[in-house]
Amino acid sequence: MNGPLNHATGVGLVVRGLRKNFGDQPVLNGIDFAVQPGEIFVIMGPSGSGKSVLLKHLIGLEAPDAGEILINSEPITAPEVAAKYRMALVFQSGALLNSLTVGENVGLYLTEHRLKPAAEIERIVLEKLTDVGLKDALHKMPSELSGGMKKRVAIARALVIDPQLILYDEPTSELDPVSAVIIGNEILELKQRIGVTSLVVSHDRDLAFGVADRIAFIAEGRIVTIGTPDEVKNFKDPLVQNFLHVEFQREH
Amino acid sequence: MFENIGEVVLLFWRTLLALPQAWRQRRKIYEQFFEIGNASLLMVCVLSFFIGAVIALQTGPVLVERSLASAVGGVVGIAIAKELAPVMMAILIAGRIGSAMAAEIGSMRVYQEIDALRTMNINPIHYLVLPRMVAIALALPLLVTFAILVGWFGGSVVANYNHRMEIPFLAFFSDLKTIVVLKDVGNGVFKSFCFALIIGAVSCHQGLTTIGGPRGIGRSVTKAVVNSIVFIVIFDYILTRFLQQ
Ligand SMILES: Nc1ncnc2c1ncn2[C@@H]1O[C@H](COP(=O)(O)OP(=O)(O)OP(=O)(O)O)[C@@H](O)[C@H]1O
Ligand SMILES: [Mg+2]
Repeated sequence: MNGPLNHATGVGLVVRGLRKNFGDQPVLNGIDFAVQPGEIFVIMGPSGSGKSVLLKHLIGLEAPDAGEILINSEPITAPEVAAKYRMALVFQSGALLNSLTVGENVGLYLTEHRLKPAAEIERIVLEKLTDVGLKDALHKMPSELSGGMKKRVAIARALVIDPQLILYDEPTSELDPVSAVIIGNEILELKQRIGVTSLVVSHDRDLAFGVADRIAFIAEGRIVTIGTPDEVKNFKDPLVQNFLHVEFQREH
Repeated sequence: MFENIGEVVLLFWRTLLALPQAWRQRRKIYEQFFEIGNASLLMVCVLSFFIGAVIALQTGPVLVERSLASAVGGVVGIAIAKELAPVMMAILIAGRIGSAMAAEIGSMRVYQEIDALRTMNINPIHYLVLPRMVAIALALPLLVTFAILVGWFGGSVVANYNHRMEIPFLAFFSDLKTIVVLKDVGNGVFKSFCFALIIGAVSCHQGLTTIGGPRGIGRSVTKAVVNSIVFIVIFDYILTRFLQQ
């Protein structure tokens, strides 16, 4: 996951026949999809459908019961592959280290791996925090931040790794609409600027259709459909249609 | 309690292998070290003073009645140095520091902070376990050395002022010096070093294997303290037996 810190374009990702049970509860029931280098691939699906579990497999935090995950056609289980490609996961909960300040959290990867001198790290940290609109939070502790601010710090922390593949777990949940658009634009800009491959898990219909090159819809650990936003929008499946178009019904 | 011994030993071994990283992690070791000192120095003082005092109180009059007043210093000295200071301080530190280690690492585990470290290719053993292990392995022997001195002092105060003994300070310490040798103190300090490793390994292991939210953290903390104490007492016997040869 950590190589030399130079800009490199995104990597391709292939997932084949991924299965995972927790105890006797099946969570992933054979997931297949491929993400092209530099693509923004959005995964949508109802709560509990296994999206977070899928992301954990992709970054190597969980081992699948069956199936394989390839990065640029190399299996991620091979140790040299993990070292060769830089990947980052923005956790659904942020997962900031509560004992460190925001600045230390964002710079953690660089300081722990001694990739840059301290002054340079400080500059990068400030730059990434500015990118997510939080440069004033530099010296705050995570416990002093709102849920949405934590999420943005987590995104800054992921950006510092200079990832070739970035996985977002619900990047805009807990964010107000303006911040959500800022994050969406940041995802788009990263693609344009450094060609990073992005995999975004989200229920946020606006975000999904705003940034996605392709969308996969997942339910009960299976992929229901994959396609461009237009294809998914027109996919004739009651579950997908309901998910995409459900509105509050108010009696007038 | 005993089913995880293998895992604890494995964790200990992995930490040992990570020892070359210690210099790199020196800032964290330093922080942990001072946290341990800060959190426990006063308690160590109070506890060891009164342990020394009560040992003098329990043994002194019996010895004095049998005209063995010159043995009081030695009995108190040996009991404190070889047994009471190392064991009692280890138990105190298991409660004070082992619990904190299990709670901190356990909550990091539950709130996915350790997962986050792993995604950044930061080894939790290097980052979390090693600094705590090294810090406690340095701090506990120091605290015990200190506790031995304070314990002797506590014993001497009681021996001096208790009307059934009235052994002067100078006599108490010169009696102590004729019986207690440096090796006895070394024995006690060495034992405390082993206890420190037990506390560190058991508590960090409990923290790292925490599951199930805040209640899980509570469970881990309790287990860390209880298991540490049980292992300390068992190892106390084994080490003592071994050191006597
Ligand atoms: N570590 C685990 N042990 C046991 N079961 C788990 C574990 N992690 C997840 N699960 C189960 O797997 C299923 C999918 O969980 P997951 O977190 O992936 O859902 P999700 O799609 O991300 O939902 P949401 O949109 O609410 O975040 C759930 O039923 C959950 O109970
Ligand atoms: Mg989720």
